[in-house]
Amino acid sequence: MKFQVKVWRQKNRQDAGRFETYTVEDVIPEMSFLEMLDLLNEQLLKRDESPIEFDSDCREGICGTCGLVVDGMAHGPKRACTTCELRMRNFSEDKTIVVEPFRAHGFPVIKDLVVDREAFDRIIAAGGYTSVNTGSAPEANALLIPKDIAEKAMDSAACIGCGACVAACPNASASLFVSAKITQFSLLPQGAAERKRRAVRMVEQMDREGFGNCSNHAECEAACPKSISIENIAVMRREYMKGALAGA
Amino acid sequence: MSVIRIWQSTVGKKVVMAVSGIFLMLFLITHLAGNLTMFAPDDGALFNQYAHKLESMGVLLYVAEAGLLAIFLFHVVAAFQVYLGKKRARAGGYDRDASKGGPSKLTVASRSMIITGIVLLIFIPVHIWMFKFNAGQEFTYTEVGGEEVKNLYAVVVESFQNPWIAFGYTAVMLLLGLHLRHGFWSSLQSLGAMSPRWTPAIYAVGLIFALLLAGGFLLLPLYFFFFGEIPDAGMGGGL
Ligand code: HEM
Ligand code: FES
Repeated sequence: MKFQVKVWRQKNRQDAGRFETYTVEDVIPEMSFLEMLDLLNEQLLKRDESPIEFDSDCREGICGTCGLVVDGMAHGPKRACTTCELRMRNFSEDKTIVVEPFRAHGFPVIKDLVVDREAFDRIIAAGGYTSVNTGSAPEANALLIPKDIAEKAMDSAACIGCGACVAACPNASASLFVSAKITQFSLLPQGAAERKRRAVRMVEQMDREGFGNCSNHAECEAACPKSISIENIAVMRREYMKGALAGA
Repeated sequence: MSVIRIWQSTVGKKVVMAVSGIFLMLFLITHLAGNLTMFAPDDGALFNQYAHKLESMGVLLYVAEAGLLAIFLFHVVAAFQVYLGKKRARAGGYDRDASKGGPSKLTVASRSMIITGIVLLIFIPVHIWMFKFNAGQEFTYTEVGGEEVKNLYAVVVESFQNPWIAFGYTAVMLLLGLHLRHGFWSSLQSLGAMSPRWTPAIYAVGLIFALLLAGGFLLLPLYFFFFGEIPDAGMGGGL
């Protein structure tokens, strides 16, 4: 297969950036989107042009490192899918594919398609943990957690922190990410002790990072590779208000 | 933690939006119920009586109006804060922008909340000026149940003879419907009152609510434009 791709190129944080259009030849339909970019980069290197920078690590949809806006959708047109799992057979040769970095004030572009997502680390550092004494692992049945609750917590914990929710949100809000973390802890006994303080601190850190407010468009849930529900955002709002009113 | 600090947070702003939005929706329901009395086949007697009852509440009415104004201002201030925050959070847009569909509720309604809101912001003072203050003119009076009351009915019917006013109102009511289409369910989600089990039902109720409210309000201008007669002679005479 042969594709036309229009890719965002930006030398560094200061550069204004611009789009470049390339033709990639010899693409196999089974190739992932990132493999297509690898192929394009080989072709660019052969022509002595600088390769396109993009992030990836596991390439199996579990690490959350990859993340591109493909044809105006975070992680491309397929739902419940990361960019690394996206296959070229999902695209038509007739239409130019547009590839852009995640765009948000909280995610400044470092180079080409690579963005700085440290804002998420700072939000986690503000409260996305449990303060427990470390030591040998406790006996598995010492803390009983009903199965339905464990499963709900797992649904929230499925968040891989890729930032697609921010990229997809018309407001560039980080609410889905932050709420998934808050919800996961709020459901489990280990997280209960610090739940009030956690919700307030994480929300306030999210706001300091300059992400937008949530207008309940629910586009984040559609873009999330792990299909995390906006119910988490409802939980975050309850947790925050409880914490804030309790003076946490 | 202070109320100010809660309002400063994104979550707090949405709670302000939602609570004020819910009060505004409740107000609209009572407002519509009052307006529908104009359809009583009594040349506006019931409606004029209703308006008169409200006005004779005296201080209580002023308190209610002041409360409503405060709620309205909270809603508007928070709306602009959310909008400006969103503008700051993403300076440029995307070259191509598309929705992934599925669970997404990104619609014309959700995207245009600030536009439909600003239309309402302009409309409401004009509307109050037209009908509460009769655009600065003296009201005529009529007799209902042995009492002299303002003939507000005549003002409304006469105004809607003007096609600009009648169709202008109709257009604004359609935009109000759009505002409520996203606003109804959004307010519940903002208060954290939603769960996946209820969301589809509440979202559907939101559509019905928006249609009923917008439809109810826009019946009046259309009806009086097409079928209304200026009720001066047969109304027991002016003062
Ligand atoms: C009778 C008048 C109005 C009613 C009944 C009403 C109702 C609502 C409701 C129920 C919501 C949902 C709240 C939420 O998302 O939590 C909402 C949102 C909104 N309203 Fe209004 N509203 C009215 C007037 C206005 C006005 C005058 C503005 C002026 C700018 C405005 C701007 C907005 C905006 C921008 C949102 C969306 C906020 C966001 O993006 O999160 N509204 N409205
Ligand atoms: S590279 Fe790990 S999720 Fe895509």
